[in-house]
Amino acid sequence: MGYLGEIFVMAMSALFIQNFVLSRFLGLCPYLGVSKKLDSAIGMGLAVIFVMTMASAFCFLIQQYLLVPYHLEYLQTIAYILTIAALVQFVEMVIQKNSPALYKSLGVYLPLITTNCAVLGVALINITAFRSDGVTPYNFLDATLNGFFSGVGFTFVLLAMAGIRERLEFAPLPKSMRGMPIGLILAGTMALAFYGFMGFKI
Amino acid sequence: MISIVLLEAANQGILSIIAAPIIIVGGMGVIFGIVLAFASKVFAVHVDPRVTEIAEALPGANCGACGMPGCAGYADAIVNGGAEVNKCAPGGSDVAITIAKIMGVQANAMEQKVAVIHCSSGGYKNTNWKYAYEGVESCKSAVNIAGGPNMCSHGCLGYNDCMNACPFDAISVDEYGMRCIDFNKCTGCGACVKACPRKLIALVPINRNVYVKCSSKDKGNVAKELCGSGHSCIGCGICSRKCPVEAITVTDNLARIDYTKCINCGLCATVCPTKAILDLLCGIRRKAEIIPEGCIGCTICAKKCPVQAISGELKQVHVVDKDKCVGCEVCVGVCPKKTIKMV
Repeated sequence: MGYLGEIFVMAMSALFIQNFVLSRFLGLCPYLGVSKKLDSAIGMGLAVIFVMTMASAFCFLIQQYLLVPYHLEYLQTIAYILTIAALVQFVEMVIQKNSPALYKSLGVYLPLITTNCAVLGVALINITAFRSDGVTPYNFLDATLNGFFSGVGFTFVLLAMAGIRERLEFAPLPKSMRGMPIGLILAGTMALAFYGFMGFKI
Repeated sequence: MISIVLLEAANQGILSIIAAPIIIVGGMGVIFGIVLAFASKVFAVHVDPRVTEIAEALPGANCGACGMPGCAGYADAIVNGGAEVNKCAPGGSDVAITIAKIMGVQANAMEQKVAVIHCSSGGYKNTNWKYAYEGVESCKSAVNIAGGPNMCSHGCLGYNDCMNACPFDAISVDEYGMRCIDFNKCTGCGACVKACPRKLIALVPINRNVYVKCSSKDKGNVAKELCGSGHSCIGCGICSRKCPVEAITVTDNLARIDYTKCINCGLCATVCPTKAILDLLCGIRRKAEIIPEGCIGCTICAKKCPVQAISGELKQVHVVDKDKCVGCEVCVGVCPKKTIKMV
């Protein structure tokens, strides 16, 4: 299998088989919190894709060139959180200065995902993951691409949820079921549907 | 983990075991801190400090009564777009004064308004239905099907779009299925006014307590027949003729009160043949009385009384005719000696 095939496997697995929200159950807070409206879900999704890609790249470099040579793997969590937080702050400043329009659409969501577990999760998974042959660990490009596709998978599920919830607003539901209760049932149903992809081998 | 650490400590010496993480993680922190400090200088965006101050002074409900996308948008519009300082309905005059202080301008007094539903129908028992509507539970949706499920094409549909639009929980539904507006909670933001597809809700100054509870533009007999509550305006014009200050006009078979003229006397509500005009002060309205000791006979009250209930010669003590007095309190406001009281 060529490298393109490898990317395809990575994309499919991040989107469907090992979806961050519905299979790994990471990043559930924004999944339930920001899925009431489609346009804010798009904003959040774009911000997550962006931060996940950047975080994957930087954390992989930190791991490779700082933590491993000095046998400091046990400091992963704190080092990654530090990196992600600083990165998000930096990116926020750059966007605010250079593209106010993009800042307005992403602005609120960027600081929110600083400590999102999905972002930390993808960074942690990247260093333990293997390519489809099961022996080669991820290299820098693999890790970055995996971060990107995981973000896309998150966005994809978030948009689906927002689309359904926007329609649910008009459903004749009993009062006690409106809002969060039906949202949780919906999330469970979606996770069950995605469970069908589990065990797919590409 | 501990055993590994101990093992390595034996190999490398305890100092490097402690020093390496401190240097690496601490160094990362220092580097990130320096980079961010520089970035905040290089990428600094100038924000007028007044914008932040005004945004903090605003209530933060993002109701949109000011016409801007939200409180932050309004704060920006005041500083950069030259918007008026008294547009915030929920904040009222307190917020207007605060903003005026920040901006260094004079605040124009703003009148507090509340929302009033101009329809007495729409409940479980006081609505005549054309057909049974079983669609989406929303007025906007119901009104699109054959002109709405209720007979009166100007009346309340009762699907509570206004209640759902209210950002302050001021609208509730009572046991008869009627929407009640809590004037203590209502801030006059106008969200319900925009939400009502039949345009039944209008903002009324909070100190005016007489409302036409109908919006039907149908002819008198038709309106009466279609309305389930029996309190429809039939456009007879009696209220308009009886109004002492000519505040009521009848257009399109519907009486409308001009609240800039209305003196709250409630005369229209007593003469209305269908009781379409609601007077909140009915029964509790007090009558004016002149305290003889204080009266200097200036005749101002007699001239200002809209119903000629006060009589008396110049420099003589004036008296109020209790039967004619409508309790509008106009005389209380104009008396220079403050010698008229309501009893």
